[in-house]
Amino acid sequence: MKRASDKLVERLLLAIALTTILCLLVIAVFIFKEGLPFIFKIGLGDFLFSSDWRPDSGHYGIFPMIVSSLWVTLGGLLVGAPLGMSGAIFLSEFGPPAMMRFVKPAIELLAGIPSVVFGFIGVMVLAPFIRAVAGGPGLSVLAASIVLGVMILPTIMSISIDALASVPQSYREGALALGATKWQAVRMVVLKAASSGLLAGMILGMGRAIGETMAVIMVAGNAVKMPTSSLDSARTLTANIALEMGYATGMHRQALFATGIVLFIVIMILNGMAGSILKKRGHLR
Amino acid sequence: MILLFPKGRAGRLHAPTWVLLASVISMIGSACAGRAGAVTLAGSTAFQPFAEKLAEEYNSAHPEVNVTVQGGGSALGISAALNGAAQIGMADLVELPADAASLKATIVARDGIAVVVNPVNKVSSLSMVQLKEIYAGNIRDWKDVGGLSGPITVVSRESGSGTRSSFETILGKFDLTRDAIIQDSNGTIRETVANDVRSIGYLSYGLVNQKIKAITVDGVACTTELLLSGKYRLVRPIYFLTLGASTPAVKGFIDYVLGPAGQASIVADGLLPAT
Amino acid sequence: MSAHTTSQRIAVGVLAAATALTLTVVGVIIFFVLEKGLPQLSWAFLFTGPKDMGKAGGIFPAIVGTLLLSLLAIGISLPLGVLTAVYLSEYTRESALTKAIRFGTDCLAGIPSIIFGLFGYVFFVTTLRMGWSLIAGALTLAMMVLPTLIRTSEEALRSVPQSWREVSFSLGATRWETVRKVVLPNALPGIVTGVMLSFGRSIGETAAVIYTAGSSFRMPRSAFDSVRTLAVHFYLLAREGISAEKAYGTAAVLVLSVLAVNLLTYALMNRFIRRRSR
Repeated sequence: MKRASDKLVERLLLAIALTTILCLLVIAVFIFKEGLPFIFKIGLGDFLFSSDWRPDSGHYGIFPMIVSSLWVTLGGLLVGAPLGMSGAIFLSEFGPPAMMRFVKPAIELLAGIPSVVFGFIGVMVLAPFIRAVAGGPGLSVLAASIVLGVMILPTIMSISIDALASVPQSYREGALALGATKWQAVRMVVLKAASSGLLAGMILGMGRAIGETMAVIMVAGNAVKMPTSSLDSARTLTANIALEMGYATGMHRQALFATGIVLFIVIMILNGMAGSILKKRGHLR
Repeated sequence: MILLFPKGRAGRLHAPTWVLLASVISMIGSACAGRAGAVTLAGSTAFQPFAEKLAEEYNSAHPEVNVTVQGGGSALGISAALNGAAQIGMADLVELPADAASLKATIVARDGIAVVVNPVNKVSSLSMVQLKEIYAGNIRDWKDVGGLSGPITVVSRESGSGTRSSFETILGKFDLTRDAIIQDSNGTIRETVANDVRSIGYLSYGLVNQKIKAITVDGVACTTELLLSGKYRLVRPIYFLTLGASTPAVKGFIDYVLGPAGQASIVADGLLPAT
Repeated sequence: MSAHTTSQRIAVGVLAAATALTLTVVGVIIFFVLEKGLPQLSWAFLFTGPKDMGKAGGIFPAIVGTLLLSLLAIGISLPLGVLTAVYLSEYTRESALTKAIRFGTDCLAGIPSIIFGLFGYVFFVTTLRMGWSLIAGALTLAMMVLPTLIRTSEEALRSVPQSWREVSFSLGATRWETVRKVVLPNALPGIVTGVMLSFGRSIGETAAVIYTAGSSFRMPRSAFDSVRTLAVHFYLLAREGISAEKAYGTAAVLVLSVLAVNLLTYALMNRFIRRRSR
């Protein structure tokens, strides 16, 4: 009796699992079904490398958006990684242990704040500041980079803290026993040992930055041109989708799905890299 | 925890699961019933605040009908009316595009497009030609149009915006400069121009306030009288677009908007009446 | 040797400064929002509806909309996610298929939310004719958090020592009984963390929500009504300059709810840890 009902439960769970996975597959299939025909029609080269985005006249070049996305992401990394990793190193290696208990919740709070709030602060405070100090419209790649940097800082910091925590204490003790100062021990031994985890943190931060939409729409300016300086206004891939998806039909809509495919693949590569790095060193996320 | 194990001891569902199921079913049931009295408007962000106010007024007078308003721009309004996501598509366009041919278009108001600059900007008037050249990216510095030296920050709307289509159509078709900052609603354009002293933008006349300064175009100021008389040329109608036969709820709302109360409400906030 | 000590002092100084800068940024943001927003929080603000299109009155419909949307999304995805994780973790052996599924869920967990929004708009709102509605938004959000829920639940389940299962089997329990009475209760902390994470994420989601649940500011009367969440309301108020005070007030509510969710998570975790160590 027990056997039979156990089998029944197993079948039910299998059904549920299949249904769930099917639902998730639907999204992937849908995106590719809508976007791939477009890529074949237009040609991958033209789509990715043309700088002409004028959907009304049938031009669908997203090269400026790709460059903008990469630029604000790298910019965000330039802001978020040093701050995040420095904070992680200080807290893990040099700060008093009590500090960690009060800083970690603060960082998690930062991680939970909605992106629109960051965007708003960017528009009200950051953009005017950039405009006044450096010129240009203020709504720019630079503004987006700084806002994104602050947004991915918690991700980078917490993964870095975990990476540093997983370095065996014996490594530190060994270095100190050999006469190194604490900083030398950290610099020459701990950081090297945790390097893969730190790298994975940065890659995951990049993934988050590339996918951000609202904050970027608010502070980057959304101009369709190729940015040539950090003070230029720019439109990322995500902003492009968000601005046009409400009314895009036919080929235009397919172009947006194709943009989605590009993002999907980029993030898949980033996550794959981060995942394999983490697994190799035994930190399972 | 209980939801994870819906089957209690004798294989019967726990009470909370019953409650959940019952509420879900009743929600879906009431949904189907409620659909008949639902009127969704979507589209023009220029008309959106007015539509929301009209909806508020209509909803309190007719509580059995549920009028809701979404934004998204005129092109989304057309698209939503065509695919059924909205019963009424709102579009503020000087000329309706080809794909709106199958929709019934009713003019409910007319609106002027005010060209605005930051209040501290010396420039108070531009010609239509200058305006077009600025937006095409050929005039790039304020000193070329009588202002203090400084690069012009051109602010425009996304390509699906009725305000933008109308603006570009009236000025004479041109390609918007690629340097233009793009914002996604009339309200955001107002805020951007209010914050950037070197910017220029355009938005619905009904949304101008003290934060920005409307300039004269070809010597004509954007005022209600000059809009009505036709002297100010940046005007466009606001359409309600419906597909096929409308439900009584939809007809009722459109009648209200076209009626004296609705039109008075529209005019009170700076729009022009339908006729 | 003193050169090394000096360089250590400099290094630690730089690191400390960076940490201080980070904390300052966090502090400034929180302070900025709360300083301008907390004064707005009154009974009327939180529990009455809007007047004059959001320029006056309260944000009650947005609070209701946020709660309904998030709870419905979690309600849909939680059973599906946990039970799928249970099946993957307890009823299958590690194989190419499970590795593929895990890779798939990892990828989906990383997809930008705007793409879910695009999918939700085209599929739920338009094709399935749900219109801008609570249900369309909830289904979209559910799909967004599902991969994360599956992943965190699976990890939580796997962290339960195998020996505990074996003891249960040796006592004659079936697999399902073991799962129900031994594995799941002990995996609960990890699962709850995943749920809280997803709940927090769904509260802050904006782009996907505007295009699926819409932005109607009225109290929803059914699952097919459009709702406005706090994040959407804040976005609309803030960027259109409708009312700066109300915008800050909404932001304050958002920040406070994130704080509440985090605190609740800690409290629950502590409770689980204490229970387990008994």
